[in-house]
Amino acid sequence: MDEARRERLIKKYARKPVAGADGPKHGPGREGMAVKKPENTKEAVKRLLFYLNADTPKLLFVLFCVVVGTVSSLAGSYMLRPIINGLTEKGGSAQKLLASLLTMAAVYAVGILAQYLQQRIMITISQGALERIRNDLFHRLQKLPVRFYDTNNNGDIMSRFTNDLDAVGDMLNNTVIQIISSTINVVGTFCLMLYTNVWLTIITVVMVPLMLKAAGFVAARSRKYYQAQQAAIGTLNGYVEETVTGQKVVKVFCHEEIAQEEFEYLNYDLRDKQIFAQFFGGIMGPVMGNLSQVSYSLTAMIGGILCVLRGFDIGGLTVFVNYSRQFSRPINELSMQMNTIFSALAGAERVFKIMDEEPEAEDGPDAVELNSCQGHVILKDVTFGYNPDKTILKHISLYAKPGQKIALVGSTGAGKTTITNLINRFYDIDEGSITIDGVDIRQIRRDSLRKNIAMVLQDTHLFTGTIRENIRYGRLDATDEEVVEAAKLASADHFIKRLEDGYDTMIEGDGANLSQGQRQLLNIARAAISKAPVLILDEATSSVDTRTERHIEHGMDRLMAQRTTLVIAHRLSTVRNANAIMVLENGEIIERGDHDELLAMKGRYYELYTGKKELD
Amino acid sequence: MKRYMKYIRPYLYAFILGPIMMLTEVVGEVLLPSFMADIINVGAANHDVAYIVQKGLVMIATAFIMMAGGILGAWFSSKAAISFGADLRRDVFRKVQTFSFANIDQFSTGSLVTRLTNDITQVQNVIMMGLRMLLRAPGMLVGAIIMAFLMNRNLAMIFLVILPVMVVTIGVVMRIAFPRFTAMQVKLDALNSNIQEVLTNVRVIKSFVREDHEEEQFAQSNKNLKESSLRAFKVVILQMPLMMFFMNLTTLLVVWFGGNQILDGSMQVGNLTAFTTYVTQVLMSLMMLAMVLLQSSRAVASARRINEVLDTQVELTDEGAAHAELPVKRGKIEFQNVSFRYYKNSEEKVLDNINLTIEAGQTVGIIGSTGCGKTTLVSMIPRLYDVDEGKVLVDGVDVRDYSLKNLRSGVGMVLQKNVLFSGTILENLHWGDENATQEEVLAAAKEAQADPFVQNLTDGYETELGQGGVNVSGGQKQRLCIARALLKKPKILILDDSTSAVDTATESKIREAFSTTLKETTKLIIAQRITSVMEADQIVVLDEGKIVGHGRHGDLMEGCSAYREIYDSQMKEEVLA
Repeated sequence: MDEARRERLIKKYARKPVAGADGPKHGPGREGMAVKKPENTKEAVKRLLFYLNADTPKLLFVLFCVVVGTVSSLAGSYMLRPIINGLTEKGGSAQKLLASLLTMAAVYAVGILAQYLQQRIMITISQGALERIRNDLFHRLQKLPVRFYDTNNNGDIMSRFTNDLDAVGDMLNNTVIQIISSTINVVGTFCLMLYTNVWLTIITVVMVPLMLKAAGFVAARSRKYYQAQQAAIGTLNGYVEETVTGQKVVKVFCHEEIAQEEFEYLNYDLRDKQIFAQFFGGIMGPVMGNLSQVSYSLTAMIGGILCVLRGFDIGGLTVFVNYSRQFSRPINELSMQMNTIFSALAGAERVFKIMDEEPEAEDGPDAVELNSCQGHVILKDVTFGYNPDKTILKHISLYAKPGQKIALVGSTGAGKTTITNLINRFYDIDEGSITIDGVDIRQIRRDSLRKNIAMVLQDTHLFTGTIRENIRYGRLDATDEEVVEAAKLASADHFIKRLEDGYDTMIEGDGANLSQGQRQLLNIARAAISKAPVLILDEATSSVDTRTERHIEHGMDRLMAQRTTLVIAHRLSTVRNANAIMVLENGEIIERGDHDELLAMKGRYYELYTGKKELD
Repeated sequence: MKRYMKYIRPYLYAFILGPIMMLTEVVGEVLLPSFMADIINVGAANHDVAYIVQKGLVMIATAFIMMAGGILGAWFSSKAAISFGADLRRDVFRKVQTFSFANIDQFSTGSLVTRLTNDITQVQNVIMMGLRMLLRAPGMLVGAIIMAFLMNRNLAMIFLVILPVMVVTIGVVMRIAFPRFTAMQVKLDALNSNIQEVLTNVRVIKSFVREDHEEEQFAQSNKNLKESSLRAFKVVILQMPLMMFFMNLTTLLVVWFGGNQILDGSMQVGNLTAFTTYVTQVLMSLMMLAMVLLQSSRAVASARRINEVLDTQVELTDEGAAHAELPVKRGKIEFQNVSFRYYKNSEEKVLDNINLTIEAGQTVGIIGSTGCGKTTLVSMIPRLYDVDEGKVLVDGVDVRDYSLKNLRSGVGMVLQKNVLFSGTILENLHWGDENATQEEVLAAAKEAQADPFVQNLTDGYETELGQGGVNVSGGQKQRLCIARALLKKPKILILDDSTSAVDTATESKIREAFSTTLKETTKLIIAQRITSVMEADQIVVLDEGKIVGHGRHGDLMEGCSAYREIYDSQMKEEVLA
């Protein structure tokens, strides 16, 4: 493979490195991860604490347990000193030994109990808090306007629930407690060391900056290679995703060998970087661990000398060497825990950011219910843009009466779907007015408005559950007979009955077991059951072939009778029988009339219908 | 396991050296306490400073050797595990490249991607951890116990009593915790798919005003998750206190029995110090071992998913090809009693006893409603699937007797699901023929009516397409895909609903180009629009896997009701108007 092709490959598939997606999850490798720092630590902590407020007494008890637990484990280990000294000095006896061991056992028991209680209570607190945060986040998501969903991608929102809340959960479960106990440990150990022997303490403490320096050295390299590794993973994953998605094309063009060659290049590029990344991630442990062994050896040697020259007691030396080994561990842990805390706070911040999003405006106090709606939909001089600087719809006016079918045709981006977004107030208009039965839709309670408008959308997403449940989604109190009735109306009954479990067939994975056309029919049935007087069909039958469409026409006609229907369709044969057809171009209605009138005009509709123009 | 030897062998030295280097750390770790004991027992007891200094220096040197061992161990184990992963990934990818269409259908795209990425990473991580820890943990366990026995046999017996009790306890805790974690994972997946669904369906939810209903459902699955997490965590948090309990208990016992021995004078005090250290080491290594096992269990699932790919039988191969060297020369196609079903046990045949002869150079239209088998029919020609009964002949030779490469090079197919790849337009067109000259590319683009719009782009043929060709419209994408197939200069060209988004005027220009420049090529056109096939030399009407009509437009209008129905659904009103 030549150099130019290599460069192109890298350029093509290089994406943003996926932080933490595949990184070393265990051990000190975490050090190497690029930690996203929170923007406003104080604020994030404050809001997190809010979720723990209800549990303040429990939290205080947990804190108490942490202190008791840590202190008793420190005390327990210190108690070896008098015991050992008692054994070496004259006058030691089994009774004395037993007495001290029993005290030691009691201290240990208290420590273990405290440790268990602390974890047990903390788990309840943190899981409860997580549940509340998740509920609040979900609640807020339900309130957010469609605009939010149009401007944020789902994967991103999803990761707030998964990655970000996981990080928060981790922190609540362990990190905070560990930080407190590590701190007590460091301070306590230091005091006990100082109390045991000043000289040895100095040696141990002098080792600390040396170890931190070494840790910093390793971490810096580890981070550098880790980033390179993440970038290479991103590139390779991008390549795999694209190739596998297009695997059938690869085969049709006999492109397998080239694909293999390119893949291998990226694969080995990743390998070369990954070896270094994992190496530097992996030596953190041995370097730090063995530096503390050096510290242990030094204290053993100097301590031994002190025993000879300065009469330092053997029991003191025994506990001290244990301390010197322990001392560096919590310091090391502390720095790692800080990273976890930062990433958890950054995660919490991202969660709170969604909670701070502006929800759909509350209904005004004088908003009315839309009772026994007739379905007179009137748009008067409506102007709208998703962004203030780009107008999508310009001065749109139309009047749809009950029982009428109004069709909107035009190229993608002409603004057809936008009109439907405005009628059910997914977005609010900038100028003009939209009324239903003479009431401005902004004066109608939002629920009430939407309950009176049934939509069949282009994306045929279904919910996990049975077919029956999916149809009933349109009206939860519909009877089984009504479900079947609606399915018949949408010509879905026929294929549903042929499924193994009929109406009780489970739909899973967004209806992967159904064809696109079948899913569209189910969507129509769902709208049919709702009895809403206004019906919006946005490319509702685009995946049904013309012959089948012809077959279901009768049902569709019954569905549309008595209702005000707005139809958007790419395929012009679908809209031929509409009472009025609006041809949209660049946000304006450029032609209107019924099929024959429009053909007679020999304008844009005529061009589209006869295939002179491409609808894209 | 056996299959993985292949990935271990080239890096065998690293697979061996890694753990060995790690063992130097372990050896050091169990030696250090005994040196320490010497310092106390010999040095301090005899007031021998020189001895203490000597032992101390030995200890420091040992610590540095250990560090070197650790670093080298990390190097070899990284090298071993990562190289293993990379080679495995290469082979899985290669396997996927050999997949037939049936194999590809069997796995979803997403799951194949996951297997190639996450699952392999998972296995790789566990191998690395294994190389670093697996020998180390038992090594330390065994080492510490041996040292303890060497030092004091009687005292060491305590380990033999406590250890089994501990192992059983840990085992019980893990045994209880494991299914609970699995249950928690199920709840977590349920919650996530609930969220996912709500996010994709947000418009439906809003338009049917079902926010409250969704919130109730979510609150329920959220509560379920919390409860099952608590059930799992409650057990797991027992682990630490239990370990502490055993560790402390052992220490107490060691000090009690050891202390009594010291009082007897049958043991030296330095050994007691060393012993307490061994207690910690033994217990730590047990915990490490438990962790490694827990992690590996996660990789088992990944390994199984990888094996599924590697074990997939690729039935469609060209090993039995009788004329492997033969290229497709003319492009005559014959279907003889062809029947086919996608799943061997499914009742319904997708193709049912198809007989059809297409002469080289003919244009054939294939029409019928969705799901009637049109795509399946044409897929038999480049052998994307193998027939169940009957045979398909190209130029009089069974397609199974060509090599796949020669057969597919002779057949250009534009799939219904068009995919363009990221890269420039030119690069995409070069897929058809890597060595095509500028003129040839231009000619193909012109024939497919893609040239005019490409020329209009700022960067022309150098325009970068996003992944999947997102920045061109549907009709433009289809024209590029046709041009790409044309560059193959196939003897047989199949267009599977590939002009559906192209306007009729442009489409007829494409057809015109075909009839002039591709006179020799056999052309099969699947279409929804009846105008796309009206002028074909023969039109095949399919319904539920059977040919229900066959002939020219005029014949079919008279003799085939299905054809007339399709015609009516598209044309009737136009004729009236």
